[in-house]
Amino acid sequence: MTKQLIGLDQVGMTYEAASGPVEALAGISLSVGVGEFVSLVGPSGCGKSTLLRIVAGLRPATAGTVTVAGQEVREPIPDIGMVFQAPVLLKWRSILQNVLLPAELAGQQAAAFRPRAEQLLDMAGLRGFGDKLPRELSGGMQQRAALCRALLLDPPLLLMDEPFGALDAMTRDDMALELLRIWGECDVAREARKTVLFVTHSIPEAVFLSDRVVVMSPRPGRIAADLRIDLPRPRTVELRASEAFGRYSLEIFRALTGRTVGAAGTA
Amino acid sequence: MIKFQPLLRQYWPTVALFAFLLACWQLAVSLGGIREYLLPSPLAVWNALWHGDTAWTQHIWVTTLEIIGAFFLAAGVGVALGVAIAWSPLIANALVPFLVFVNTLPKVAIAPLFLIWMGYGIFPNMLMGALIGFFPVVINTAVGLSQVEADMLDLGRVFNAPKWKIFAKIRIPNALPYILSALKITATAAVVGAIVGEFVASQKGLGYVIVTTQSSMNTSVAFASLIWISVVGLVLYGAVVLVAKLWAPWAEGID
Repeated sequence: MTKQLIGLDQVGMTYEAASGPVEALAGISLSVGVGEFVSLVGPSGCGKSTLLRIVAGLRPATAGTVTVAGQEVREPIPDIGMVFQAPVLLKWRSILQNVLLPAELAGQQAAAFRPRAEQLLDMAGLRGFGDKLPRELSGGMQQRAALCRALLLDPPLLLMDEPFGALDAMTRDDMALELLRIWGECDVAREARKTVLFVTHSIPEAVFLSDRVVVMSPRPGRIAADLRIDLPRPRTVELRASEAFGRYSLEIFRALTGRTVGAAGTA
Repeated sequence: MIKFQPLLRQYWPTVALFAFLLACWQLAVSLGGIREYLLPSPLAVWNALWHGDTAWTQHIWVTTLEIIGAFFLAAGVGVALGVAIAWSPLIANALVPFLVFVNTLPKVAIAPLFLIWMGYGIFPNMLMGALIGFFPVVINTAVGLSQVEADMLDLGRVFNAPKWKIFAKIRIPNALPYILSALKITATAAVVGAIVGEFVASQKGLGYVIVTTQSSMNTSVAFASLIWISVVGLVLYGAVVLVAKLWAPWAEGID
């Protein structure tokens, strides 16, 4: 077991709606190790996006404790990169200026980060697009720019909220491979990789990317299953057709739909 | 380089219709025996526009000055109020009902009060134009400042960016297209305000010229003045549209 980066202990979240209090999350306990790639899968409205924001310190949990790198999270923590479902780029800024935004917001000298920003754009296959405005790029390219922005300050933790959810299926599969490459699957030692918490609706996407898939139940969101995905890295396109891949997918599907995990046998 | 061919193709019907109407008008006046003081012929208006006894340069200058002053006053005060409203809920609660009340007042009805308070001059007329034109700027500024994606604001919070920085880097550029869109309305409202002000109290200006023609029955001069007013109005409006295009080229489909 590697060192723990994220620790959730009996985390709950209740908010006040017009019709009374709504329990969005209940009794979530989860530990994520340094360099681990963990996906959160669950039906719409199960609170997985909320959970991501609780980890970031953007929303306060109403029960339990959250720690990141041993520190209890009470307010937004700066050492994270966030990627959302929409690219959320500033449409009046060039791609390069968008990637540099975190440096400016964090009160750093943006000019000092320029070489790193350009290097990230290169790595994401956006060389030569730095001067373009967001609307001149396709959805997939915009999302890659958003990923570059999240990586600019080299955060140890990446929080990704359905980042490929708005893309078409083909682009989506490409982006998954791309993400693993940028994450350093091939060339970075496991402990040196970034920890990723990845929210998705797609079971195959979760299996393909993750070391672990955490399945959440509908409201109030609870952890229904926590599966280790023992597939070799680097992950390849061929892997999607393998028997093991199918077995994991089925197992997650069963956990999601609440049917007992039987034949798969790994639980 | 402007291509004239397509322009010609698109606008020749407009030009043709306009020429036809002018010709009908001219014929109706010269052949139909309509009295000159009721409806002057286009030729008479044309003559009044360039010759005649009216010191056009002076009047155009005064009215233009009033309109531009009104425009910048409305823009400055409008943006400032909009920012204040978006900055603090307390200010918003205090200000918004009051502004809505001011906006529902028929501003034209206040013009005689301006005469009592400030007498004759350019400034009261500027103020009238600004009063008519500032409200859309306040509303659009406040709306543009608040219409920022929640995820973008989360991004700001993650990096602990101070409030002023979020305003400077995210909210204000986001509001710019909204503000520019409101300024197009202000450009037209400033013209109305300046002319109304001149109707009530003035010794110079294109509105003043129209008022004086009432007693002299010099209708062709009134028509000529109308044409000058629309020229000034169009130029200002065109300038705002141009500035909006250059300043916020990313803004498409907001107005």
